[in-house]
Amino acid sequence: MKYLDEYRDPEAARLLLDEIRRVSTRCWTLMEVCGGQTHSLLRHGIAAELEGTVELIHGPGCPVCVTDQEAIDFACQLAQRDDVILASFGDMLRVPGSRGSLLDARTAGARIQIVYSPLDAVQLARKHPEKQVVFFAVGFETTAPATALAVKQAARDQLDNFSLIVSHVRVQPAMESLVQAPDNRVQAFLAAGHVCTVMGYESYESFVEQYRLPVVVTGFEPLDLLEGILACVKQLEANEVRLENRYARTVQAAGNQSAQDLVREIYQICDRAWRGFGVIPEGGLELCLEWRQYDARTRFSEPALPVLGIDECRSFDVMTGHLKPPDCPHFRKSCNPESPLGAPMVSSEGACAAYYRYGMTASH
Amino acid sequence: MNCPVSIPTNADYVTLAHGEGGRLSRKLIQERIVHALSNETLLAMNDAAQLPRVTGALALTTDSFVVSPLFFPGGDIGTLAVYGTINDLAVSGARPLWLTLSLIMEEGLPLVILDRVLQSIAEAAQQTGVKIVAGDTKVVPRGAADGLFINTAGVGELIAPIPSGAATLQEGDELIVSGTIGRHGIAILAVREELGLEPLPSSDCGSLLRPVEILRESMGHQVRCLRDATRGGVAAVMQEWAEASGMTLSIEEQSLPVSPVVRGISELLGLDPLHIANEGTMMIAVKQGAGADAVSFLKSLPETADAQVVGTVKHRGIAAVTIKRTLGAEQPLDDPLGSPLPRIC
Repeated sequence: MKYLDEYRDPEAARLLLDEIRRVSTRCWTLMEVCGGQTHSLLRHGIAAELEGTVELIHGPGCPVCVTDQEAIDFACQLAQRDDVILASFGDMLRVPGSRGSLLDARTAGARIQIVYSPLDAVQLARKHPEKQVVFFAVGFETTAPATALAVKQAARDQLDNFSLIVSHVRVQPAMESLVQAPDNRVQAFLAAGHVCTVMGYESYESFVEQYRLPVVVTGFEPLDLLEGILACVKQLEANEVRLENRYARTVQAAGNQSAQDLVREIYQICDRAWRGFGVIPEGGLELCLEWRQYDARTRFSEPALPVLGIDECRSFDVMTGHLKPPDCPHFRKSCNPESPLGAPMVSSEGACAAYYRYGMTASH
Repeated sequence: MNCPVSIPTNADYVTLAHGEGGRLSRKLIQERIVHALSNETLLAMNDAAQLPRVTGALALTTDSFVVSPLFFPGGDIGTLAVYGTINDLAVSGARPLWLTLSLIMEEGLPLVILDRVLQSIAEAAQQTGVKIVAGDTKVVPRGAADGLFINTAGVGELIAPIPSGAATLQEGDELIVSGTIGRHGIAILAVREELGLEPLPSSDCGSLLRPVEILRESMGHQVRCLRDATRGGVAAVMQEWAEASGMTLSIEEQSLPVSPVVRGISELLGLDPLHIANEGTMMIAVKQGAGADAVSFLKSLPETADAQVVGTVKHRGIAAVTIKRTLGAEQPLDDPLGSPLPRIC
């Protein structure tokens, strides 16, 4: 398959692995920011192959994993109303809030529809004028433009039965929050290629300058990841600190301007609670005042439910590289995909699910 | 004196009266169902089908079909019901003989839809040489079913040599898939979720009788076990076989036949074709050294032209089922948990 098979070539992958081992004089600690990268690293056996040469920390880059419990509880609460259809991406359905998951709510009678794009949710609102359609808008900068487009479409169609639970999050503030922590272990970043496709990578210049850490924009296929890792290792070995783009077939320095314009038109930056991290300053996007009528929190005056219980999931330790999923006391015991303690075990992008799925042991 | 209550005689839709055992029920059964599936046993309209003696032992299976939508590229609920049931018999080593057919219809089901499904059932039964010998109809109120549900039972005669079964798998046995995987699940997903694909991917819904027959004739006792890889896909079959045998089943990703459209959609949505349903593709285990011959025989038939040896059976290792991907390292392949959900990014 074009643009896929050539980036999965086993021979080329072996050569890159050998090169990484050859240039490494010590074990470097890198963080891949994106959950998609985590899965690819484990699925293709790269993390295991590089054991002892490069330690990979699986960063906070799964929007499903970092969606705050309160937002999930609110989505479940709205879904249970007779007049509401809740539309969501599929992998959000199994993630537990403090009062159960959306799947639990659906079992209890809530009307929840899986959609494949935010525009599908607008279509749903058109089809069901008698219902309020609420789209659970999660995702990084990659999905925010599509949600923005959905809001504009709903406005153009004068749909007064469409709204959003906006839980969009921004990657770079999370990276800043990680490196500012006193016990930060990350020595270089593999930046998420798809986020950079939208946002470009120019904004990382100041990040690299300020924190003196290499950042390499990296794709998702085995060869993309190996090239990204090699570029990081070469910089670290040469004691250099640069921003590099190793995903040039997709990513341009300035990113996708029209997508960025759309995001700027519809959203404003806000502080956002990340599950496991707490509130990250400027870590999220919310609707601008002039689009606020599409905010489900404005439209439905539901009382905010308190989040129940204590989150036993140690996702923060996992996502900051202080705990490998198999070393977590709950891993494969009280926490597994059938009964997850937290989102990293249930989301298809989550680090714990990746370790579980690909059978990685503590030694990895 | 005429009855003061008018009996609905709407000819276009199934009504609750069609299920109440009266004149409309008889009319529906005789004029549509028996007429479409016509055979002597059914025409006798006995409470139970009276069947001739057979020489061999019998195999019995049952299945229910609740697919939505009822029609999809490559098939419909009718063909699915017939092929699904006879495939279960075929892979068990039986020659399918008789089927029962229960139709649970939702009030409001257009009769033209029912007729089309019955026609599909009749054609699939004729093509595979099975007779539908007994049945039942029920009508449920609007909203209580998704148009039409079908339940079948199938009876077949076991024919030697019967595959020895997954419990007899041994080290070195070879694993084969009979065609490209994941087609049915992707076809249904594309239609149901209106993914806007052009052309629409097509289901592999079909009969496995001929491929099983050719394996039986040419490979005999060298075939250990067969299984149509329906819900849960190839991965689910491997998990079951690994559990039954206590061995490790190991496959190589690069050997798996996957059509470009299934692969593309799976990549896009974060689904694994190994976990996606098939309806005319089976997994086969043969004795060590017999894989190439089995594949060669299968490739002579159009329905299994894409058959491939995809892996081997080993002593239990790091996991019950393993897969080798890009770098060649053996990794566990997990059991699907419920239906796979498409991912966000």
